[in-house]
Amino acid sequence: MNLLVFLEVSGGKVKRPALEALGEARRLAQASGGTVSVVALGTGARAAIQAARGARKAYVDESGAHSAFHLNEAAGAILAAWKASGADGILLAATSVGAELAPALAAELGTAVAADALEVSWRDNALFVKRPIYAGKAFAVVRFRKLPAIVTLRPNVFAEEPGGEPPSEVLPVTQGETDGRARVVDVVEPEVKKVDLTEADIIVSGGRGLKGPEGFSVLESFARTLGGVVGASRAVCDAGWRPHSDQVGQTGKTVSTRLYFACGISGAIQHLAGMSSSKTIVAINKDPNAPIFQVADYGIVGDLFEVVPALETEVRKLR
Amino acid sequence: MKIYVCIKRVPHTAARIRTAPPGSAAVKQIQTQGVEFAMSPYDEIALAEAVKIKERAGGGEVIALSLGGEESQTILRTALAMGADSGVWLRAAAPVGLELDGFQVASAIAAFLRGRPLDLLLFGRLAADDQSSQVGVLASRLLKLPVVAGVTRIEPGEGSVRLHHLVDGRVEVVECKLPAAATAQKGLAEAPYPSIKQIMAAKKKPIEITDAVLPEPVLEVVALEPPPPRKSGKIVGEGTAAVPALVKLLREEANAL
Repeated sequence: MNLLVFLEVSGGKVKRPALEALGEARRLAQASGGTVSVVALGTGARAAIQAARGARKAYVDESGAHSAFHLNEAAGAILAAWKASGADGILLAATSVGAELAPALAAELGTAVAADALEVSWRDNALFVKRPIYAGKAFAVVRFRKLPAIVTLRPNVFAEEPGGEPPSEVLPVTQGETDGRARVVDVVEPEVKKVDLTEADIIVSGGRGLKGPEGFSVLESFARTLGGVVGASRAVCDAGWRPHSDQVGQTGKTVSTRLYFACGISGAIQHLAGMSSSKTIVAINKDPNAPIFQVADYGIVGDLFEVVPALETEVRKLR
Repeated sequence: MKIYVCIKRVPHTAARIRTAPPGSAAVKQIQTQGVEFAMSPYDEIALAEAVKIKERAGGGEVIALSLGGEESQTILRTALAMGADSGVWLRAAAPVGLELDGFQVASAIAAFLRGRPLDLLLFGRLAADDQSSQVGVLASRLLKLPVVAGVTRIEPGEGSVRLHHLVDGRVEVVECKLPAAATAQKGLAEAPYPSIKQIMAAKKKPIEITDAVLPEPVLEVVALEPPPPRKSGKIVGEGTAAVPALVKLLREEANAL
């Protein structure tokens, strides 16, 4: 099958989850005897797509409309690329942008989205997707009964595909008519740019055991040393200690990180659902009977305010 | 403002989810016996915000809409107790959990709303059961409404609305002409606990019943699986004394540092 991959560009570079989606698209195209095209939008897109190794054609729209995220204009440009590419399916990383774009594309193409894929395969002339449901308490395998297919891929799950040449053909696309019904009027950049939890490589999460918002400085410091980001349990977000965007769990974000530290988190079922597909899980908790130890690969029973700084010191020795 | 809010009945987020054993007939559904159901948490937030907008404006109308079997009525009553003025039951033959795909649900909602007057159409960001995170944006785009996903703030204006959402690590404020649509993110509003008086009053509020118009499915569920079991971990030790051993394991055994 021929695939089109949306390459999200941020800060002049293709985001890693998008390169993971490209890697999976290359494997699928190879298995099904097809080609891969890519589409990238915004200033610097043309330079950034050099990273899209293995893609034959690249469609680029560098117009100013994409300086902020305008759903209508972005979807329009991707659709133009889709028409030009003759693809049977569109793959996007399941980032905040990809998750918003995918259903907008589906509306135009009269299809559904298989969201947050953990596995994608082509067999018996059909596309199958394995995806989490109930925040990972179960997985569903779904089959597209018709094409085109739209799939968003969970970050940190798929491998980038090494090798290959950058796209040999770079073609312009435009987003078409702007309907003028929605426009971005303000963009508030955070003081410190934080990687979204779903895209983070390492997460250091805290729960009620942190005792208050100020307790999180211990985790912030450790996360900085590791190059990770801080997450939180629902109890802590509901109490206002951390912003809701930090929440990991069924009513927050479902994450699959390479390394997950759960500090002072007992492990309520809805939290476990949100993080138990992480590769390596470390739990630090005073209570040896806390449910979090049942999903953790490694645990330390103890006071996190002593253990976490000691861990940070030990990790620094490695650098 | 006339505000429609789409809500879904899902297993409570604290519920244990069991899939049928392999080989049994019902491999495409979860076992619902003993499972408590509730309004999907993000839908609850959307509804709470709609009621707040109406209260602040000192007028308007909030209509809750749900697609599904008989059980949809219970969740609509909950919505009415939370402050919705009326309900719409888009009647389907069976409960809607994983049975319908996002395109079908969005199409049914769009088919019902097409041509009806409305100012704002709200959804939860995703449903806590199938997590397909698409019905809100899909339905809105089928209706040609401007839509913003995962909003954390709604500021109604004259003929327009400002919607705040988090995109790639920054907050973008999108101004949409009305009618417009949005899907609710955590932090937008707190779901209220209805009083007994509100629950009683909800019983007298009207629910419109219409058969859902569903297109052919795009996605077919071929199997449900429990998550792979995690191999049992180990307690490395107690207190700071265990830290060097943990770092060694993370480095040498897990290859994680």
